[in-house]
Amino acid sequence: MKTKAKVLVMSGYGLNCEVETLSAFTTAGCVGDIVHINDVIERPNILKNYNILAFPGGFSYGDDTGSGRAYANKVKNNLQKELQEFVKRDTLTLGICNGFQILTHIGLLPGTLLHNENARYIDRWVDLTITSNSPWLAGIKKISLPIAHGEGCYFIDPKGKLKLERDGAIVGRYTKGDISTFTSLPSNPNGSLDDIAGVTANNGRILGLMPHPERAVSFFQLPHWTYLKETEYAGKKLPNEGPGVQLFINAAKYFAK
Amino acid sequence: MAHQIQVRSTTVDGRSSSTLDALHSVGSAGKKVQSVDIVDVYTIEVPLTGQELKKVATALHTSLSQTYTINKALGPQKFAYAIEIGFLPGVTDNVGSTARETIIDILKKRISDLDHVFSSRIYFLQGKLSATDAGTIAQSLHNPLIQRCSIKSFVQYKKHKGMGVVVPKVTLVPGTVSEVNLSLSDTELAILGKKGIQNQDGTHRGPLGLGVDELKKIREYFERKGRLPTDVEVEALAQTWSEHCKHTIFANPLDGIKDGIYKHYIKRATHEIRKKKGKKDFCVSVFSDNSGIIKFDKDTYITHKVETHNSPSALDPFGGAITGIVGVNRDTLGSGLGAKPILNIYGYCFADPQDNTRLFRDKEKTQELLSAKRIMSGVIEGVNAGGNQSGIATPQGFVYFEKRYRGKPLVFVGTVGVLPKTINGKSAFKKSAQPGDYIVMLGGRVGLDGIHGATFSSEALDSGSPATAVQIGDAITQKKFSDALIKEARDRGLYSSITDNGAGGLSSSIGEMAGESGGCEVWLDSVPLKYPGLSPWQIWISESQERMTLAVPKRKWATFKKLMERRGSEATIVGEFTKSGICKVKYQDRMVLELDMDFMHHGNPVHVQKSAYSHKKPSIPKVSVVRNYENKIRETLLGMLKRGNIGSTEYISSQYDHEVQGVSVTKPLHGKGRVNANASVSRPFVGTKKGIVLSQGLCPTYSDLDTYHMASSAIDQAIRSAVAIGGNPDYMALLDNFCWCSSNEPERLYELKRAAEACYDYATSFETPFISGKDSMFNDFKGFDSKGKPIQISVPPTLLISSVSVMDDVSTSVTLDFKNPGDLVYLLGETKSEIGGSEYIAYVSDLEKSNYTGENVPIVDAKKNLSLYRKYYKATLKGLIASSVALDRGGLGIAIIKSAIGGQLGTCIDLQRVGPSKLFNNERLFSESNGRLLVTVPTKKRLQFEQMMNGCSMTCIGVVVDLDEIMIMSGKKKVASVGLTEATQAYRFKFKNY
Repeated sequence: MKTKAKVLVMSGYGLNCEVETLSAFTTAGCVGDIVHINDVIERPNILKNYNILAFPGGFSYGDDTGSGRAYANKVKNNLQKELQEFVKRDTLTLGICNGFQILTHIGLLPGTLLHNENARYIDRWVDLTITSNSPWLAGIKKISLPIAHGEGCYFIDPKGKLKLERDGAIVGRYTKGDISTFTSLPSNPNGSLDDIAGVTANNGRILGLMPHPERAVSFFQLPHWTYLKETEYAGKKLPNEGPGVQLFINAAKYFAK
Repeated sequence: MAHQIQVRSTTVDGRSSSTLDALHSVGSAGKKVQSVDIVDVYTIEVPLTGQELKKVATALHTSLSQTYTINKALGPQKFAYAIEIGFLPGVTDNVGSTARETIIDILKKRISDLDHVFSSRIYFLQGKLSATDAGTIAQSLHNPLIQRCSIKSFVQYKKHKGMGVVVPKVTLVPGTVSEVNLSLSDTELAILGKKGIQNQDGTHRGPLGLGVDELKKIREYFERKGRLPTDVEVEALAQTWSEHCKHTIFANPLDGIKDGIYKHYIKRATHEIRKKKGKKDFCVSVFSDNSGIIKFDKDTYITHKVETHNSPSALDPFGGAITGIVGVNRDTLGSGLGAKPILNIYGYCFADPQDNTRLFRDKEKTQELLSAKRIMSGVIEGVNAGGNQSGIATPQGFVYFEKRYRGKPLVFVGTVGVLPKTINGKSAFKKSAQPGDYIVMLGGRVGLDGIHGATFSSEALDSGSPATAVQIGDAITQKKFSDALIKEARDRGLYSSITDNGAGGLSSSIGEMAGESGGCEVWLDSVPLKYPGLSPWQIWISESQERMTLAVPKRKWATFKKLMERRGSEATIVGEFTKSGICKVKYQDRMVLELDMDFMHHGNPVHVQKSAYSHKKPSIPKVSVVRNYENKIRETLLGMLKRGNIGSTEYISSQYDHEVQGVSVTKPLHGKGRVNANASVSRPFVGTKKGIVLSQGLCPTYSDLDTYHMASSAIDQAIRSAVAIGGNPDYMALLDNFCWCSSNEPERLYELKRAAEACYDYATSFETPFISGKDSMFNDFKGFDSKGKPIQISVPPTLLISSVSVMDDVSTSVTLDFKNPGDLVYLLGETKSEIGGSEYIAYVSDLEKSNYTGENVPIVDAKKNLSLYRKYYKATLKGLIASSVALDRGGLGIAIIKSAIGGQLGTCIDLQRVGPSKLFNNERLFSESNGRLLVTVPTKKRLQFEQMMNGCSMTCIGVVVDLDEIMIMSGKKKVASVGLTEATQAYRFKFKNY
């Protein structure tokens, strides 16, 4: 039997999606641990034992001084060297929502995330068209996932934007798909530049995403599953999985090669 | 000298445009503002070099989208006025604390406990504004109870080179311990109770909330002891004996009910139900812990608790609401050995945000109540900040509008937690502080915040209400220790008991836990403080937030302390539990409190309360008025959809994260049309089948006719909403939150007794036990109107019933949206002429500018309803139901339209099939008779469905159609036709600009 990919999910200071994030990875065939940032700082070498590093969603430091900033400062001040070594290896790194904001502040991903257009926190589902060759997204063309954030408006200067396009580093764009059509909501939920929902770096190995794939691992997490049950699946067996699972399976497969 | 770093956006800033939008709704002054620029200010009271400051500034901004200055103003080139808003000294400043932590981490520098960082924000306004305009705008941007504000014109700003540096540091003259003379006349004692202990300068400390006979009991006790009480002792007893903590009105005898209405009606109901259920009893711990606890599956319990935070929310809506939600989260952490909070719920009762009544707390009209709109938006934001930051999903809540909530809003917040059945082989719901255990305070530090919160919420809101009762929550400080407790310390068995610090602070939490061990000794000078100079009595009763009290065995202390340090949480030994039978508190080696535990907890006098029969005379619209509306069904349907009590509150439910922890099964909004649901299904463990169903019931206007039927209707509403979505009526528990008014008046006590009696009658008939409850008895405002005339506004007697039930398989959940054209529409349950107290009456009343109550209040037939609910529940298990909604506000008419909007499908309904033939059409459509569900069933399941429902009132009243039309027929005659699109617009009308 092949060894399973090992994932480290960061926690502490108000990150709050670590449990469901690890659970999504383990369901997809990885093994892993949730480790508090202070424990990583105390023993930074543990990063060497892992293939995947995930910064989950949450509200680190309550978004005070800017979302993800204070947590990113803590990482930069204490783990810069080890983190650089980690991403240099053939590893995968994931930042979801607050984790994405953290990765931009650390400088591992380009651009920044501003307050939503209407400066209000929003929880709803969105649809993405995927335009990236990142290993995280292998085989995914379209995907519907939930968002929940107050500062998710992606911004980058024109020069940076050109580079993103040239590198194929734009993960995907908010688009009018199944669920935003179902709920009649605008495709872009937060005013992101050019509808950008996430970006990558290091040949797609580092992924930052505002939507939450770990909250879309079960059919029963879909916003319209009771509708699907009575229409598309009427008289049929209901599926178990949700669309978000594929990202985690991709990560597991990347190391199973 | 303090340094200042200022940060400004160089690109679009969503905060600027949303502030501009908000200002445009502030009347003529706000409308003149053309644009807003925002600068964030960090005032740093730490000695730093230029090099260090630059490092810090770099860390506090993003070069891609922001710019900064150090010790230099950063206003835009041109503006009319600049307004700086910062906190008053001592008010929790979360942004400042985070900046401080960042500084420490970057510079790897220890900085003094006394060196702080303060945040503030400058708004630069463009537009043709006068100084008065700027003043008005500044009023709308801050709350003077917690924030400071300074205003400068462009010229002044240039001349002074900025706004200047303000360091909001607390300076206190250290107080000492004093003795309190209680050898006073009854009149003097009454003043002492109301205004509080007198300071040396003649001012009073704020309400003790103690009555004359309570003060006399205290006097007698100390006469026996042969000494005068200290101020610490009197303040502590005021907390412990407060209505807020002791629930004296519910506990004391009332008329012939010697054991009090709480024991007689609420507790007794639960006791009898548990006995009757026998082996099927699912209750684990009721009424004794910080939450009610029931069984979930073979390894897990769930906890539920609902709190109110009304008085603080009236003064500072944001602060009141956030402390409310993080406070009830702490109740969960303090349930058993610590449950993990997974679901939050909310419920708000407000005056309509368009209600412009101006009210003042004082005759001189200097203390104005916040506007209805600010109270609403502040409360909504407070729960947003507290719930979202804590990573707890909020799947469920409601908003209710009525003008009598203008004086005091009601803010209900609740939390469901999960607790393993056993931890290290021991039962996890049992806990007990042991003699010899350290008393440990964990989390935030103690300041002046929240002093007299417990005694204050036991009184009406008036000009003497203490400003220090207001405070702001810090969700992240709590999140840090919450994770450390329930994910680590609990499972390592590092403590033997735990409770939260809420009302009454340490005096209540330690006092309560000392009851487990049999005594305590506390060392007040070891309690960590936010700033120096607090008096011993203040330390003992302060309600500073985000603190837990734990009993930690001595041999486990080192491990516990180290763990908390590594998780960024402060844990301090503040004393030791004993078995002396005495609560002892020392301050700098002096004994400042020494009370027998028995006197502390049971020494309060028993008041025998007497109620007086109160008969409400209904106010009934004339027949001619009713006939007139009978001909306007279409207008009425659309008009009612536009009301706050019926229309969409999507802007609230979508700003609360309802999917964190992956728990979401049904969303707060159902279907294509995004209709707010009145129940929710969540799943604590993804990948498993079992779910938790939550719902709420509340019908305060029924109290204008009879509080007995108000209470029974709230119970039925909560149960049927849960049942509609697929909840199991035989595995359902209830929680009660009474929010009453003027509860010292005999007529109000009569109404209270009636409501409590209904709780007993209906809980026992539905076999739904109460597991937890909380009451708030004085929701009155006593002040002055805009003419300076005295005015009293009391909330209508309000009872919130919350339900929690366990669902075996979440895939049997049913949402309210119509699913397929051709599905049959069934009305289950009986429709009667019960329009009294209804939303329809309120609608007619508003249009006719009257105060109608209507006549027949809806009553509940529990036996019939329960039988229907049980059969319906079995039908959901068989998958026979395509959509379902419990009828509540607005009755059948609104239920039909909501289901249609939800599914974005039309329908054709025949009213002739609804209710007995003598009913008028507006009664068929808008009567709020209890026990009814509107469901749709696919035609091919019709037979099976009808067989299963056999014996219940069930009528097929129409069919779902693929048209943009909701047709209401009476036989072949068309009564009304409403377009789906216009109905959807009307449904979203009320809050479309929010």
